[in-house]
Amino acid sequence: MNLRLIKQRFMLHLDPILLSGLGALLLVSLLTLYSASGGNEMRVFGQLGNIAIGFVALWIVANMPLHWLMRIAVPVYVLGMLMLVGVALFGEISHGARRWLNLGFMNFQPSELMKVAVPLMMAWYFEKHEATLTMKNYVIATLLLLLPVTLILRQPDLGTSILIAASGFYVLFLAGLSWRVIIGLLVTAAASAPFLWNMLHEYQRHRIMMLFDPSQDALGKGYHTIQGMIAVGSGGLLGKGYMQGTQTHLEFLPERTTDFIFAVYSEEFGFVGNLFLLGLFAFVIGRGFMITAGASTYFTRLMAGSITLTFFTYAFVNMGMVSGILPVVGVPLPLVSYGGTSMLTLLLGFGVLMSIHTHQRLVKT
Amino acid sequence: MTPHVELKNHQRERYLFSLRLIFCLGFVTVLLAILVARTFYLQVWKHEYFDTMAESNRIFVVPIVPNRGVITDRNGEVLARNYAGYTLELTPEKIPDLNATIAEIGKLVEIKPKDLRRFKKLMSERRSLQTLPVKTRLTDEELARFAAQRYRFPGVEIKARLFREYPLSETTSHLLGYIGRINQQELDDLDKKGLAGNYMGSDYIGKTGIEERYEKEMHGVTGFEQIEVDAGGRAVRMLSRTAPQSGKDLQLTLDAGLQQVAEEAFGDYRGALVAIDPANGEILSFVSKPGYDPNLFIDGIDTESWDALNNSPDVPLNNRALRGQYPPGSTIKPFMALTGLHFDIRSPSFSISDPGYFTLQGSSHQYRDWKTGGHGKVDLFKSIVVSCDTYYYGLATELGIDRMHEYLEQFGFGKHTGIDLKGETSGLLPSTEWKKKRYQQIWYPGDTVSAGIGQGYNLVTPLQLAFATATLANDGVAYRPHLVKDIQHAPDEKPAAPEPLYDLQIPAEHLALVKSAMQAVVKPGGTAVGAFWGVPYPVAGKTGTAQVIGVKQGEKYDEDKVSEYNRDHAWFIAFAPADKPRIALAVLAENGGHGGSTAAPIARKVLDYYLLGKKPKPLQKVIEQAGAEDD
Repeated sequence: MNLRLIKQRFMLHLDPILLSGLGALLLVSLLTLYSASGGNEMRVFGQLGNIAIGFVALWIVANMPLHWLMRIAVPVYVLGMLMLVGVALFGEISHGARRWLNLGFMNFQPSELMKVAVPLMMAWYFEKHEATLTMKNYVIATLLLLLPVTLILRQPDLGTSILIAASGFYVLFLAGLSWRVIIGLLVTAAASAPFLWNMLHEYQRHRIMMLFDPSQDALGKGYHTIQGMIAVGSGGLLGKGYMQGTQTHLEFLPERTTDFIFAVYSEEFGFVGNLFLLGLFAFVIGRGFMITAGASTYFTRLMAGSITLTFFTYAFVNMGMVSGILPVVGVPLPLVSYGGTSMLTLLLGFGVLMSIHTHQRLVKT
Repeated sequence: MTPHVELKNHQRERYLFSLRLIFCLGFVTVLLAILVARTFYLQVWKHEYFDTMAESNRIFVVPIVPNRGVITDRNGEVLARNYAGYTLELTPEKIPDLNATIAEIGKLVEIKPKDLRRFKKLMSERRSLQTLPVKTRLTDEELARFAAQRYRFPGVEIKARLFREYPLSETTSHLLGYIGRINQQELDDLDKKGLAGNYMGSDYIGKTGIEERYEKEMHGVTGFEQIEVDAGGRAVRMLSRTAPQSGKDLQLTLDAGLQQVAEEAFGDYRGALVAIDPANGEILSFVSKPGYDPNLFIDGIDTESWDALNNSPDVPLNNRALRGQYPPGSTIKPFMALTGLHFDIRSPSFSISDPGYFTLQGSSHQYRDWKTGGHGKVDLFKSIVVSCDTYYYGLATELGIDRMHEYLEQFGFGKHTGIDLKGETSGLLPSTEWKKKRYQQIWYPGDTVSAGIGQGYNLVTPLQLAFATATLANDGVAYRPHLVKDIQHAPDEKPAAPEPLYDLQIPAEHLALVKSAMQAVVKPGGTAVGAFWGVPYPVAGKTGTAQVIGVKQGEKYDEDKVSEYNRDHAWFIAFAPADKPRIALAVLAENGGHGGSTAAPIARKVLDYYLLGKKPKPLQKVIEQAGAEDD
């Protein structure tokens, strides 16, 4: 009796449908990680830890009333921006990029925080000016987006900046940015491509170049892409079987537990397995859209839509990169790749989604 | 859009938002469909392609080199064998500073200047990623010393290899030849023949002699191990193994003991000897003096040793038995006699009165006999015994060069014998047609006169002359001379007995006459009586002397040597026992003067050993050979 009450209270702000989709994806993650790490339980336990921390965050956020979210938007955004500037000035350099901030007790990557903070800030901004939206508001919102994106791009971290730019753009798009402006921006972007090209770092340019012809540098920059495609392609219709992938287990695949985990999964479970995985992603995204459609306020609609679409973008960019239709930009497969920070950010996002869903449900009833 | 404050229009706003959301839904659906299509393309459409790539990624084929066939003589004595040893090999691509590395290795393992010179030569002709030996035949101590320090030398490996060795060294050099490291041209050839796969992992190939001619048989079939490797190239496990098939062993027709005796019999003379079993064409001895140490060539000869061999006035690399072409001189006379009998130009009883010279009709030019004053009354028998030139001047003139060509060609003069060695020369048996073709000149009667005693244009190789002698000894039934008696085969298979090439159908009385004359050559009154004094078995022989025209074009004038190199070449052909020949031979001693005095004694020693098992007295120079090991 008591237990039932606890359970009820625990589940109060969680969405079982979304939860089951996430659970299935996380199960795929644990299974694939075990294989990708060559049967190393430590990786699996590590990921379980990441999931546990992420779930605590999810639960907390899901239980937060919506106006709390509104209230923390500005402070979180400002804090994130300050930390990004801090990174640019005093950040730790690792692997040739300045991404980490040493807080004394831990290393923190402020760009991860911005994945949530930027759409939150923009949604908050649009909510504030909902009644009187003019072109000026869109310009300001765009600036709110471009400032952190530029800073992250300069770290350099192409993958994260693309994802944040996407999440911000989704807010702009859902907030009703006029088609004329969107098309205008696209044309401007195309026109300024050469300029942006010059802005990119050498290794980023290389990665994009390799997309068009990975065989050009088969042992160097193209190696990741080629080995990824070989792993996926050799999986065939039904896959080589769990723990049987030769590309994976003989270590031809780079970054097997992180960015290239999709190749591991594809090699072992084949096309049929991929359909299942894509189905799971579609299920979660679909549920996200449903929650978005049902959201009651402007702010929650923008937030829910942006979170859902960003999640999709994550997945699409990663799978596209592994299967060779997008350049290797260093984006993990959401919920499946090994990694604490991205797991936390993602589950935090889903926490927001559940909060949006359950709090207004409570309002309605 | 209105810039002024406007009341919230929830309805409209919701509608607009829904439109945007639906657009997003469509966008997501399209992109997901693209992903499905892409994975379908990779996993189903191009599956085979990527599967092959994944397989070639992980499967590494390691060739297992087969053991090369062993060569033995007719009695089972080993002439070429393999022994296991260790080498120190470098992969130059993996070594940044080659000289420094070699210097460092030199502190652990003795690297002689010769090794270094050889290594440099190999560097210049190597294939990419090939490993090159800097030191072969490591001693156990060197092996241990280097193994302990191995980690310091990336790109340097100790390899266990089978080495080829020719125990008789110089003695068998010209017939066995040698193997050596495969060069680019040989690799291209193998590629063209579709054999490159079988030579994966093979470093050596037969370069000359038997080793070259029977390369296919002795190399064997390369085996393969399929090894699964990880991305770092480390072997994970073996997937399959196809055992190599060892190369076939060869048994030669050669008698190693006879070969050694024959070689020693030459003493300091340069020259050649070929001894054949007339009954089947088996070559019992095949000597070309001087020889060389074939072991020097196996891992690549160093430049200095090569220059020494290549620039020696004695041309030790020239296979005189196979390729040396000399005028046959008087050794042609028994064959000329048979030609005269065949065309009925001479009857056994016909005789001439020899004044010591011959003149052509209408000319005063005298073609001199070797004996001033002549041999008196000479019939066919005596013409061979005393080697009367005048008799053959006349015979040749009456025969005419074309009839001589027609008949002598059947003994194998002027064409390849078909021996199982590469690079045989064909000698020269002149004819009017040949001269017209070669010099655009007509044949002069004077040309025929000197051709009658084996001079003029005539050229033979020692092998050809031995073949002709064997054919004569075997009553005109010719067998192809050959060096390989048997190639390793299944126990139930029997090697085919040699088939005669042809039978010249020489009338028995012609044969009896010529053979008895040749037997008289080694008896009192004959030209080779000295060498065969007291011989216990019947021998048939014929001496010959080939004039040396002069120092060849391009050779340096060497005062000390000029007289020696200008001396006549000495020939001797023989077969024994004369009534039932077991061995027929031709001996050439370059610049040996007269056949009877230098070539015939060599033949005597060889025949004595073969027929009586008698070893000749040891020669002093045998002892010197021990020093050859050092260099």
